[in-house]
Amino acid sequence: MENQGCSCAPINEEDLYPKIEEIINQHRGNQNALIMVLHKAQNLFGYLPGRVQEMVSLGLGVPLSEVYGVATFYAFFSMVPKGRHEIKVCLGTACYVRGGQKIVEYLEKGLGVRVGDTTKDRRFSLNEVRCVGACSLAPAVLVNDDVYAQVDPAKVDEILVKYE
Amino acid sequence: MVTLTIDGQKVQVEEGTTILEAARKVNVRIPTLCYLPEVQAIGACRVCLVEVEGNRNLQPACVFPASEGLVVHTNNLRVRRARKFSVEMIVSDHPMDDCLTCPRNQKCELQKLADDLGIREVKFTGEKSGGQIDDLSPSIVRDQTKCILCRRCVTVCKEVQTVSAIYTQGRGFKTRVEPAFGRSLNDVSCTLCGQCILVCPVGAITEKENIEEVWHAIFDPSKFVVIQDAPAVRAALGEEFGYPPGTLVTGKMLAAVRRLGFNRVFDTNFAADLTIIEEGSELLKRIREGGVLPMITSCSPGWIKFIEHFYPDLLPHLSTCKSPHQMLGALTKTYYAEKAGIDPRDIVVVSVMPCTAKKFECSRPEMAGSGYRDVDYVITTRELAKMIRQAGIDFAGLENGYYDDPLGEYTGAATIFGATGGVMEAALRTACEVATGKTLENLDFQAVRGLDGIKEAVVPVDGIGNVKVAVAHGLGNARKIMERIKDGTADYHFIEIMCCPGGCVSGGGQPVPVNDEIRRLRAQALYQEDKNLKIRKSHENPSIKRIYEEFLGQPLGEKSHHLLHTKYTARGRF
Repeated sequence: MENQGCSCAPINEEDLYPKIEEIINQHRGNQNALIMVLHKAQNLFGYLPGRVQEMVSLGLGVPLSEVYGVATFYAFFSMVPKGRHEIKVCLGTACYVRGGQKIVEYLEKGLGVRVGDTTKDRRFSLNEVRCVGACSLAPAVLVNDDVYAQVDPAKVDEILVKYE
Repeated sequence: MVTLTIDGQKVQVEEGTTILEAARKVNVRIPTLCYLPEVQAIGACRVCLVEVEGNRNLQPACVFPASEGLVVHTNNLRVRRARKFSVEMIVSDHPMDDCLTCPRNQKCELQKLADDLGIREVKFTGEKSGGQIDDLSPSIVRDQTKCILCRRCVTVCKEVQTVSAIYTQGRGFKTRVEPAFGRSLNDVSCTLCGQCILVCPVGAITEKENIEEVWHAIFDPSKFVVIQDAPAVRAALGEEFGYPPGTLVTGKMLAAVRRLGFNRVFDTNFAADLTIIEEGSELLKRIREGGVLPMITSCSPGWIKFIEHFYPDLLPHLSTCKSPHQMLGALTKTYYAEKAGIDPRDIVVVSVMPCTAKKFECSRPEMAGSGYRDVDYVITTRELAKMIRQAGIDFAGLENGYYDDPLGEYTGAATIFGATGGVMEAALRTACEVATGKTLENLDFQAVRGLDGIKEAVVPVDGIGNVKVAVAHGLGNARKIMERIKDGTADYHFIEIMCCPGGCVSGGGQPVPVNDEIRRLRAQALYQEDKNLKIRKSHENPSIKRIYEEFLGQPLGEKSHHLLHTKYTARGRF
């Protein structure tokens, strides 16, 4: 993914606003650019802050309710800041029947967050995905771009220690 | 033209006509739910499904175009089963236990549909999508648990009003219709016009009722309760009691409100005449002294909130006149209170309005120039009908009632305020005569009547020259005019803007349903009343002359300034 930034350096969110302003300016008044601009904003910030959605609304001339509607429709967009590492538990059919949901429940309990949220220390965000095309490895868990096969709750902790 | 066969009957229609419209020509009414004539045809609800020979799947009639040789079946077992299934699915996620207490009980399209389709049990049970109730605004209540996601409100808000306060948020089972970030309507740039209420097929969007407060005032012996009604009310109230659209029921309405127990019955129309004098004087002053032009009317509170949110830089274009019912409220608690020897503290003013935005307007902090609230409660036409039913009054059997003096006398110019173009026409009648001193031969300004989105006219007025005017109704049209003011191409002197399409006759507080045909009929009723009245020019209203002599002094004078004029607030875009 582009512009994800170096995950070891803390990002000052304020510094990102001029960048998104620049992106919006390239598409000023173009309502058709909405998804593309939100996409870039999501990559830049790791989520879509309310202020960014207002800027996009004004810049592209799309009503705020509609910007938010698009942002909440697609699973790609997030309203909460992403953690330094993103855990994605596959709940496609194969992973689901092999116990994917149990992994989700274990993680929710262990990290103290619900699916879609980020831990307070911003270390992890937890998400579900529907099939990553690794059905033979079911149940699969992704941390960032690393794929873990045949995971069960007992294995989860040793996976997570690798990510600070 | 193409010929198709619907249920064995041949029908000829223009190419591009939908099956739904074609079917009506042979007296087949295909049921619909998300479809909204003139506004929305998206085939989303799957209630209008029909069988089209040669197509594997059933097709939604509201979007399927008629073509040569098409053979359509609208009522066979397959179609019936599919429609029933669609409605059963919707009903299964609808709080059926609430029907008896729902404000739309007996006027609900889903209720009617379930009955028409013979649904006698709901086979699907399980979790409901639920949702919240937003009742924070003074005008509109949204109950998401009742929402069936037909999107009519979203479309009317976006396409017709260009406000987009609400939109579909989320997806799947969690889809909700609401403002961004789940905010309340009260906290976003919603104009509270209530057009969404008119199109909601169920009880998911309704006005915030003030009926109980009004009953309490009526039965409080220490209160002197005055009612006033806007012109559009008398052109539509009859529909709530089975009269056809366009029936003028002024007389019965007056008899009914007196029976409800109001102490005095005044007419907002009186203040409409007064508005013409004040606003007309303001316009002449601006033209003569080089004030901000074009000047724009300010009677429509949804329009006012729209300009405050979306064009705050252009607020100086607004006339400073309060809307007529606020003026009447202020005069009731000053002029009338003094005349009748009643302590204004004990007076309660209730306005019956075709409007939900008026509920917000009367709560604006500045609407209390006399030291007392100009208007205490606003109820909609629908709420008045409910009160009449609650009181057990046989509306159809009533003899004609009357307005009380001194704030009940009105002219034809005032009564047409309820239709788009009416304020402009009333203003032109007075402006032409006052400025020239000559009597107008023809009082009907046809150019500003009717349902064209933006209407224009040039009227030569002696001593001033050609006065250029424009009329817009519906906020989408208002926005077009505002953009032209912004880019300097709107060289008008005077513009009338009404928030709701068609003007107040189809305001958000009016009986449902509303469509262009009904808009026309209600407007016609007002133009007919105008025609039948002996006095048709605001400046000739004897009570208006008297109030200036006895109380106000002169137009734009100090008393007017305090009681009849107001100021505006720049509000946030979001």
